[in-house]
Order: sequence, then C-alpha cells, then structure tokens
Amino acid sequence: MNVSVIFVSMEINDGVFNQLAHLARLRFSEAEKASIQHDLQRMVAFVEKLNELDTTGVDPILHMSNSVNVWREDVVEGSVSREAALANAPVQDEAFFKVPKVIKK
Amino acid sequence: MFSFTGIKDYHNALLNGQTTCVEAVHYYLNGIAAQQHLNAFIEVYKEEALQRAAMLDAALPGQQSLQPLYGVVIGIKDVISYQDHGLTAASGILRNFVSLYNATAVQRLLDAGAIIIGRQNCDEFAMGSANENSAYGIVRNAADPERVPGGSSGGSAVAVQGNMCMLSLGSDTGGSVRQPADFCGIIGLKPSYGRVSRYGLIAYASSFDQIGIFGLHLNDVALALEVIAGEDAFDSTVSTAPVPAYSEQLQTQPEKPYRIAYFKQALEHPGLDPAIKEQTEAFIETLTAAGHLVQAVDFDLLDYVVPAYYVLTTAEASSNLSRYDGVKYGYRSPVATDDLTDFYKQNRSEGFGAEVKRRIMLGTFVLSSGYYDAYFTKAQQVRRLLTQKTTAIFGEFDAIISPTVPAPAFKIGEKSDPIEIFLADIYTVFANLTGIPGISLPLFTHPSGMPFGIQVMTSQMNEVTLLSLSKTFMQIAAKD
Repeated sequence: MNVSVIFVSMEINDGVFNQLAHLARLRFSEAEKASIQHDLQRMVAFVEKLNELDTTGVDPILHMSNSVNVWREDVVEGSVSREAALANAPVQDEAFFKVPKVIKK
Repeated sequence: MFSFTGIKDYHNALLNGQTTCVEAVHYYLNGIAAQQHLNAFIEVYKEEALQRAAMLDAALPGQQSLQPLYGVVIGIKDVISYQDHGLTAASGILRNFVSLYNATAVQRLLDAGAIIIGRQNCDEFAMGSANENSAYGIVRNAADPERVPGGSSGGSAVAVQGNMCMLSLGSDTGGSVRQPADFCGIIGLKPSYGRVSRYGLIAYASSFDQIGIFGLHLNDVALALEVIAGEDAFDSTVSTAPVPAYSEQLQTQPEKPYRIAYFKQALEHPGLDPAIKEQTEAFIETLTAAGHLVQAVDFDLLDYVVPAYYVLTTAEASSNLSRYDGVKYGYRSPVATDDLTDFYKQNRSEGFGAEVKRRIMLGTFVLSSGYYDAYFTKAQQVRRLLTQKTTAIFGEFDAIISPTVPAPAFKIGEKSDPIEIFLADIYTVFANLTGIPGISLPLFTHPSGMPFGIQVMTSQMNEVTLLSLSKTFMQIAAKD
C-alpha cells in the first residue's frame, strides 16, 4: 500500500528565529535578520526532503570510525606553559585570563 | 631556470647538483609575488622558507638518498596548525591567533624534509564552495581571474595551479579539496575518513573532516599521503591500519581490467552541464574500449545526499564552533557589558561572518529540543542507508566514478543563493557521508575554456586502488 505523507514545512517565525539566535549566542541586526531568517526558512524546507524516505527501523550512524575503545598507555608528559596558554588571550595579566566582571551583588 | 616535473625529478636534480632548494624556493616566491592579485596566500613565510632551504642545501653533500619530501615546497590551508605561525580559518574571530603546536600532518611533512612556504586563503571555517567567504577577501582562479577557484580550499588549489608551491594541504568536509581541484585543473585527493590524523585541523564537522592533498603529479600526491597518513596518539578516530607504500604501489599496475560503476541518476541529473555530461560519457566509452567494465548502477538516494549532508555538518559545526567565545583566545568585542550571555553574543556576532552564522543557525535548529529526531536523527539514519548502499556497490565494483562538480568554475559574485550553492556539492558530499576516499583528476576542458575533472571513489581505506586507478585514467587520457 502506498501511503502519501503530506509534510508541512516547519515555519521559522520570529519567535523560533530569536530563540535559535539566543541558543547559538548570536545577535543579528534587523537587516541581517531578514536575510538570514529567509535563508534559514529555505534551508529548513530544503533538508525536509529527507522526510520522503522511509527510515523506519534504520539504526542511526553515531560514529564514522569502526574502532571501539582505542586505548593507549597513560604517559606523563609536559603540557603547555602558562605563558604559552595565555599568549592568545584577548585580555590577560600574565597569570590569569581576564573577563568583564559579570557577578552582580 | 627552475622547472618542476615531479618530486622524483626534483630530487634527482638536487642530488646531481642541477638545482638547489633555495632556487626552488625563489622560483615559488617569485610565482607568489607575480600573482598577488589571485590572493591565494594569507601569509608567506619568505625568510623562513629561504633559511630552511639553505639549511637543506648545506646538508645535501654526501647524501645518497633523500628524505621523501626533502626540500619539497608546500603550502597549507589556514585551518591547519603550524607552531608559532598564525592560524585564522580565514575568520575575523581568530585574526591574531598563533598556533601553540603543529598539526600531526604538518609535523610529518617537516620530519620528511618539507619546506612550508605559507598559509593559504580559504572560506571562513572551510564553509563555502567559491572562496568568497573569507575575511581576507576572495581568491581568483589562475585560469581566469574573473572566475572563482572553488572552495573551501580555494587558495590551496590556486597556489598549486599557479606554480606557487609544489603541493598544498587542504581540508575536505564535503568536497573542499576535490571541487577546487576540479575548478583549477589539478589533482585533489580526499583520503578515507580516519586515514590522516585531524589533530591540529580546525574542526568544522568532525565526522566528515579530512585533510587532503593538492598536486600536479599523482606520484607526488601518493607520496605526500604516505608521509602524513597513519596512527596518531593525538587522534583516537584515526585508523591504526598500516600505511601502504602508496607511491611504490602506484608503479605496478594490476593486469586485470577494473570494474567501475557510475550512478545512472548522476549522469541524468538535470543540474549537470551538457558538455560535462558529454565528455564524461565519452570517457566512459574510452574506458570500456580499453577493456574495463563500466556499468550504470541505480542510485535513487542521490537527491538526499545534499540535505543529509547539510543537516549533519551544520549540527556538528554549531557544536564545534561554540568554543569561540572570546575568553581564552580569539576576538573580543570592545563593547562593554556586564552580562555574560551578552558578552558571548557580542564577541561571536562581531567575529563570525555571514555564512558561518547561517550554518550555526541551521545546526542549532536541527539539534534543538523538539526538532532533534525529525531532522538530526533522520539524517543519521539516511547516512546509514547511504553506507549500506555503498558497501553493496563495492561488493561488485572496484570504484565509482562521476563528474566532480556539475558545472565548471563560475564568475565571481555570480551565485548567492545558498540552496543553489549547496546543490553544486551533489557529487562530492557522498564520499564524506560514507567515509570513503575520493579524488578529482584534471582530465577535461570545458567549451568555456575552464578545466574540469572526473571524480573517482573507492571503498573505505582503499587508497591503493584509488591511486592505481587514477594512474590508469591519467594514462588513458594521456595526462601522465
């Protein structure tokens, strides 16, 4: 028996868009938002093509490697120096990474 | 006058005193200087490369045989770590970042005697198909500077195409080595997933990413793979399978004809350029005439590969790129805030480019609560169907061939529709979805004057057959 499935594309409305932007820790200007929201709507509709395939009972692939439990000996080795670890920090004081004070009284 | 006809010839010339490493480096530095308008390099290590070349020249007298990549001049895509050198993924968010260590692949190049000449332009975080998404500007195709070089490893392809280095390392998540190789008329190899360590490669989509190699000569590509492939304590996903001597095995061709499949739907695809279709079909006839068995197989999943690819890679990207928060490294906004979430948002929004944000948003969507199963799990199931189908095909065939890209290099700025751009990945994403190796070979010329290639894919970890078959193809097409 052929079953036809009518799939209504998920709508990326303002509420969904704003929630996604928050989850992704991104912020958009109004102009950027209009363009990206439009593209996102089309991209979501595009990937929904997958719903045409019957995947009932198909085991999802979680890892591409066939290896299981790749062990190695635990060897004590040096790591990076403090100086090297701090070298790429936007703000640091040679001992710590510095960030804005965000803890409020 | 220096000329490069392959590493073997170069090494003979070094041993016979006909050339020097310094001469080679000067030749490539001149090539870079004369073609700055192509914007292939983000940074050139001029003094360093010359110093290393001089050191290698000084060590030359008395040597009977050379290390595999002795004096070989190589460029690396700006997503691969080279200690004490800049590393930006062509993104504003990493503008002043300096690598603390070498990627395993880079370490092995250096250990084999290579000279790293610079880091190459690419699409931001390797996301793109035209090299138009770089914080360092677009890259131009050396065959026609009004056209794109492909992406995301566009700079790496153009550097080899335009004689600015002997080999390049790129990265291929959905075709980012094979597609620019096709557009630029050179060889581009994506090894099997797990053949080359990803340690030190900036992550885009970890279950897809693989370091790949660009070159002009198949033997050189095979040799470079031999050097960089294999087990690595820093990457638990890399295969522990022994690395065959690819470059030696290439010299002995099997006697028996190859069994080669192509997807019926791929050559009948409405998006395929007629001239590419025609020349690919003609090549299939040539292969058949040469005694190989070439057969069409039914592949009704073709239209699902690009959607599955974009669900899975954007999901992995949204997760991988969450690390860029402006705290320990990377861009930090000058805008003051006392709210932590606001702080992250400010740094990320100012640091990332538009395409990266688009993909993070799609990835966040497919992973978000309520949509996860319908999109992400669904795509993982489709990936399973694809690998099952692939295993079945390789039970009967040695290789699958297809065009690499459905159309030749397009004009800069000509394409902006994301879906249209995604669809151009239709022939390349399959290898990344299934973890198999693929190569683009520069066999053809389009009526537009641009080069284009054929893609060959073999079963997982079977680079030996892939490279042997490539050699056969190049010989049949009289390109080797």
